[in-house]
Amino acid sequence: MSAATPAPADGTFCFTPENEGTARAIIAKYPPRRQASAVLPLLDLAQRQNGGWLSQAALDYVAQYLQMPPIRVYEVATFYTMFNLKPVGRHHVQVCTNLPCWLRGSDAIVATCRKHLGIGPGETTADGEFTVSEVECAGACVNAPMVQIGDDYYEDLTADSMASILETLKAGGTPKPGSQSGRHSCEPAGGVTSLTSTPAVQRFLEKKAEGNR
Amino acid sequence: MLRDQDRVFTNLYGFDSPYLEAARARGDWDNTKDLIGRGRETLTKEVRDAGLRGRGGAGFNTGMKWSFMPKEVSPGRPHYLVVNADEGEPGTCKDREIMRHEPHKLLEGCVLAGSAMGAQAAYIYVRGEFYREAEVLQRAIDEANGAGLLGQNACGAGARFDVYVHRGAGAYICGEETALIESLEGKKGQPRLKPPFPANVGLYGCPTTVNNVETISVVPAILRRGSGWFLGLGRPRNTGTKLFNVSGHVNQPCTVEEEMGIPLKELIERHAGGVRGGWNNLLAVIPGGSSVPLLPKAVCDSVHMDFDSLAAVKSGLGTAAVIVMDKSTDVVRAIARLSRFYKHESCGQCTPCREGTGWMWRVMERLADGRGSIEEIDVLEQVTRQVEGHTICALGDAAAWPIQGLIRHFRPEIERRIAEREASPNQRSAA
Repeated sequence: MSAATPAPADGTFCFTPENEGTARAIIAKYPPRRQASAVLPLLDLAQRQNGGWLSQAALDYVAQYLQMPPIRVYEVATFYTMFNLKPVGRHHVQVCTNLPCWLRGSDAIVATCRKHLGIGPGETTADGEFTVSEVECAGACVNAPMVQIGDDYYEDLTADSMASILETLKAGGTPKPGSQSGRHSCEPAGGVTSLTSTPAVQRFLEKKAEGNR
Repeated sequence: MLRDQDRVFTNLYGFDSPYLEAARARGDWDNTKDLIGRGRETLTKEVRDAGLRGRGGAGFNTGMKWSFMPKEVSPGRPHYLVVNADEGEPGTCKDREIMRHEPHKLLEGCVLAGSAMGAQAAYIYVRGEFYREAEVLQRAIDEANGAGLLGQNACGAGARFDVYVHRGAGAYICGEETALIESLEGKKGQPRLKPPFPANVGLYGCPTTVNNVETISVVPAILRRGSGWFLGLGRPRNTGTKLFNVSGHVNQPCTVEEEMGIPLKELIERHAGGVRGGWNNLLAVIPGGSSVPLLPKAVCDSVHMDFDSLAAVKSGLGTAAVIVMDKSTDVVRAIARLSRFYKHESCGQCTPCREGTGWMWRVMERLADGRGSIEEIDVLEQVTRQVEGHTICALGDAAAWPIQGLIRHFRPEIERRIAEREASPNQRSAA
């Protein structure tokens, strides 16, 4: 359960015309008069528009948009951990420290964030560029340790690869998401142990063999 | 070892495209109309006869679950299929691979399962963090709509069938089926009391079946190849193939599809490159995601990976997420970390869980440092029994079991820490 409380009232909020269209399309996925079902996706939409967090004004706007009592929207916004009720850095670095990641060195990943950004979990850099959070299992356990930054997963991390991701972001670049150890996805790192008779895996193995030559 | 021709997820690793053309070449959507044409009863019976047990952890017979849906659709009460893609059990990352690499197997499964239960719509509830996976899934839905496989007259079988992606927003509890339904209705994800069961009163008060992603995704293969093929794999009452996630202290962590009932040792050594430092360096394994009790090496030597074999050693197959810990692991701290997870994820509805998860975590943190007394281990064990079975959903049980497993198999280690701390007064004053 998220422990956050909403920030005090401030300013106004209103969907951009583009997001207005997206919101309509989202509501259309649910049966008539069941528009409350759209509260999670609409809060997500509002959060993206509002620079990564939900102000009181944004919460009230979504409540009004869906004709829900504001308290119902506050309940939802405070229950789910992905809703940020105070501003977060432009890059939200979410480090998984649950058991499978911890067994493979998530402590070193947290330490790398501390060293390269000067902040620990729950903190934001003074320039507002980075926030570091400790999160629970993100569901990429065979690619542990991992972090989520924005919408992307960075997997099979070491202290070095984590440092290079952070430095790339600092320099305004875009690090390549996915495995940082050269794995394709969740296959055994030493080589596939199954599906070797399928055409796609054979093509992959041939390509790899050529690369090794 | 499972033969490649018996594997369902032939693009598990995503070496091939997840999208329609490549999916069709792999056999997806092949004459789905004929399968639908077999009718509700036949579809449900085939899946029930195959012995398919829910892949989300509970292991209930899937065809049986479908048969609980009302036989007729009453006016104003449509039937719903809801797919549980809120994968978040620590150690588990199998549904992610299906969604990003084999989305069409899931979609075809939705159409077939939907017809078997008289549903015309399916909602796939994807955990919010899986943003990229939801993107792939949405693109696959758009393709299937464009190709007439979904939507009006889906697969040309004469009925409408729509599939929608619904993203969650970060709450482990929404993997519990009634919490998921609450969340899908736009509320906090707090589980509902059962009965009524979702098959009678589910989403929007209508008959609903909630199935896991992997469960739904193997349905097309079962219907195409027949229940006999599925029954021929695995062990009695534990049939078919299964996706296993092997994480932690192995040389090559991986996800792999194997036959149900594969020996744990074979799974780890053949596919995951063995335990770091060799099999004898193994301390313990959590065989089915964080909620199931751990197994010490002696049990791991010979146990088979299926529902009944693991229940027989007082653990469980759960989601088949195998977390391996070698002898370097601080096993008390490892379980304390899981206790912190359950404390964080308790929805706060039932007192034994809301209060108990925090209490158990605080005691576990102290015991990990040896701060405590021997009697406290018994009190802790007793408290886990007070939480277990006394809550609306199974999160309370899930918080209790890892601790019970630790005390059952590693009590001497907890006692050793307490004794060590008592013998060293310097440490005590520092605490």
